[in-house]
Amino acid sequence: MASGVKPRVKVPKSAAAGEAITIKTLISHAMESGQRKDKEGNVIPRSIINRFTCEFNGQSVIDITMEPAISTNPYFQFEATVPEAGEFAFTWYDDDGSVYNDNKSITIA
Amino acid sequence: LALGAAALTVLPFRVNAAAEDRIAEFTGGADMGEGGLTLTAPEIAENGNTVPIEVSAPGATAILVLAMGNPTPGVAQFNFGPLAAAQSASTRIRLAGTQDVVAIAKMADGSFVKASSTVKVTIGGCGG
Amino acid sequence: GNWSRLAAQQALTQDQLLEFDTFGNLTLIHITDIHAQLMPIYFREPEVNLGIGAAKGQMPHVTGADFRRFYGIEDGSPSAYALTYNDFSSLARAYGRVGGMDRVATVVNAIRADRPDALLLDGGDTWHGSYTCFHTEGQDVVNVMNALKPDAMTFHWEFTLGTDRVTELVESLPFASLGQNIFDAEWDEPSELFKPYKFFERGGVKVAVIGQAFPYMPIANPGWMFPEFSFGIREENMQAMVDEVRAEGAEVVVVLSHNGFDVDKKMAGRVTGIDVILSGHTHDALPEPVLVEQTYVIASGSNGKFVSRVDLDIRDGRMMGLKHKLIPIFSDVIAPDPQVTALINAQREPHIDQLREVIGRTADDALLYRRGNFNGTWDDLICDALISERDADIAMSPGVRWGPSILPGQEITREDIWNVTSMSYGAAYRTEMTGEFLHVVLEDVGDNLFNPDPYYQQGGDMVRVGGLGYRIDVTKPQGERISDMTLLKTGEKIDPAKNYVVAGWASVNEGTEGPQIWDVVENHIRKLGTVNVTPNTSVEVVGA
Ligand SMILES: [Mn+2]
Ligand SMILES: [Mn+2]
Repeated sequence: MASGVKPRVKVPKSAAAGEAITIKTLISHAMESGQRKDKEGNVIPRSIINRFTCEFNGQSVIDITMEPAISTNPYFQFEATVPEAGEFAFTWYDDDGSVYNDNKSITIA
Repeated sequence: LALGAAALTVLPFRVNAAAEDRIAEFTGGADMGEGGLTLTAPEIAENGNTVPIEVSAPGATAILVLAMGNPTPGVAQFNFGPLAAAQSASTRIRLAGTQDVVAIAKMADGSFVKASSTVKVTIGGCGG
Repeated sequence: GNWSRLAAQQALTQDQLLEFDTFGNLTLIHITDIHAQLMPIYFREPEVNLGIGAAKGQMPHVTGADFRRFYGIEDGSPSAYALTYNDFSSLARAYGRVGGMDRVATVVNAIRADRPDALLLDGGDTWHGSYTCFHTEGQDVVNVMNALKPDAMTFHWEFTLGTDRVTELVESLPFASLGQNIFDAEWDEPSELFKPYKFFERGGVKVAVIGQAFPYMPIANPGWMFPEFSFGIREENMQAMVDEVRAEGAEVVVVLSHNGFDVDKKMAGRVTGIDVILSGHTHDALPEPVLVEQTYVIASGSNGKFVSRVDLDIRDGRMMGLKHKLIPIFSDVIAPDPQVTALINAQREPHIDQLREVIGRTADDALLYRRGNFNGTWDDLICDALISERDADIAMSPGVRWGPSILPGQEITREDIWNVTSMSYGAAYRTEMTGEFLHVVLEDVGDNLFNPDPYYQQGGDMVRVGGLGYRIDVTKPQGERISDMTLLKTGEKIDPAKNYVVAGWASVNEGTEGPQIWDVVENHIRKLGTVNVTPNTSVEVVGA
């Protein structure tokens, strides 16, 4: 498992029913591309987050497939509709099989 | 002036066969139109390792992003679910040199549109 | 003859320099790019300043006799000395030094005596460029500038003090720190430290001043020193800010910019609703504003050599007229403000022996200057120092636009050397580069200067080279401008596959190693004793 992996998300605490909100996510990760070489000239094996998903109360907001061209500490910003109070579930899938989660609940104002 | 790093490589722009394959895989070989898809990228990257881009295609179900001059052109595929309030997203990408970034959107009716933007990746200048 | 003509012109008075028929209801005072020059200096304007594409032959890309003809400036006149390069050494002897923040203070105070609520706006590149600025991490300049009571400032080289120090200084300022294009790099949100704009109520007018920091900071300078920040032109956000301040009742919109003149001209033509852009970064000094659509663009020089006074007539929420004067700071003519003189002396006092130490002198026919698109004599001397002290084939020196001039027969002090070299990343590296890579470097920097689209022009003048000759066709695209690269010591063509030993300084890469450039140059000048200058004929420019 990659070390120091830490997800962070920015979600408003509340919204009007049916409102569109902006979500920002970051996860600290080296995103080793598999194209770099170490000092001895050996290829450093690829180790990236390859997929990110955001769901709200079980329904998909966005599902992103990622390749090594995504920068270190992957960042995403996107828009979600909030039909009712509930919880956003954020999931990052690592090449090494690790899965990282974060959740944020939102109320209806 | 970004000297002292002789190992720095500046790849010329080249269209990669792998990019053509990746596009064909996404579109199934369908024709691509224009319009309805916006790709926003800086004129000059502040840092080729982290170039901000935004894609937006109202009504799209998915958007594929490719970096045509990278050793491997794939960047990301955004699949929008029913709770996406807009078919848009921003991220940060790596560019190995000055090149075209290409986005292709799959629309709800199964058609495809394409947009591209040139991003300059420079060794650096010297401030005034 | 010549001498009596010049002597007559020394009758120049402070009143003449400040003479201005107060106009309208609002006054702006603009100073920019002082590069920590608290003391009077000599500063030769460029001989070569090429405009590319639509900018060809347009201001500020006109120099020398063409410039004087365009503005109706007499040869040998004070304006000729201040604004053009010809006869620089003799005119400098007649008219004396320029600048000095105590003289600038006198001018600012005089304008305020006329218009007490005038706005003083500092365009940035303020906390960089001298021995005392380096050793106090900008505190000396901050102390002196605060005494002038600016109302707002924007930024470029300040960031090379590093995030912690720039934050500390910005938080200490008793005035607004502006930059609509300064963003938090992590979350891509407007920086909390810098505000996009500030409103002022002056002369019964609601004034909005929007800041625009240097857009290409992490490219032209070491991004690793301020990784928390992201910049860019952010033209759409600029338009949004203009619309926002107009919606909030701004009657006049002023942009305090560090874009550089051509970028400002392009932005003025694309963003609507800006009345005045006070332009900085490219160090141009223009005696008249340039009008682009409905926007006046004003260039106020560098190194403390000029102050712009801009009077505006604002009525019914509209700019009805503008009156402008670029005031040259002739330091023998303008009386220094005694309080600011004392303050400057206090900043210098702890370092005075270091500053004053004489390292060498220029020969009786040797003028050291930098400003210009290609090699200047100061840069040639620095490149010679690098080749000699670091035992290299080729030297490279950054095309920065700052750095005062040294007259023939003048002593060169340690302060003078720091004035042209001081920076927080001054290590003089020594490395090997292939001929191919050298070509890539010249092409890359050349495109940053000569790309016909101003938004792709992101920094300084052409990299200066020593030990290397080349030909540049400025009209060609990237990859085709540079040819005929020659190793001067053997006269051989540069071989793309061969390795060359290259010494340089001001690398933006973290961890660059080597002695500091000011020490390299000091050692070299000390050995020379007297510095001679041979004309540099190794760069051939075509297409100009
Ligand atoms: Mn400057
Ligand atoms: Mn600058």
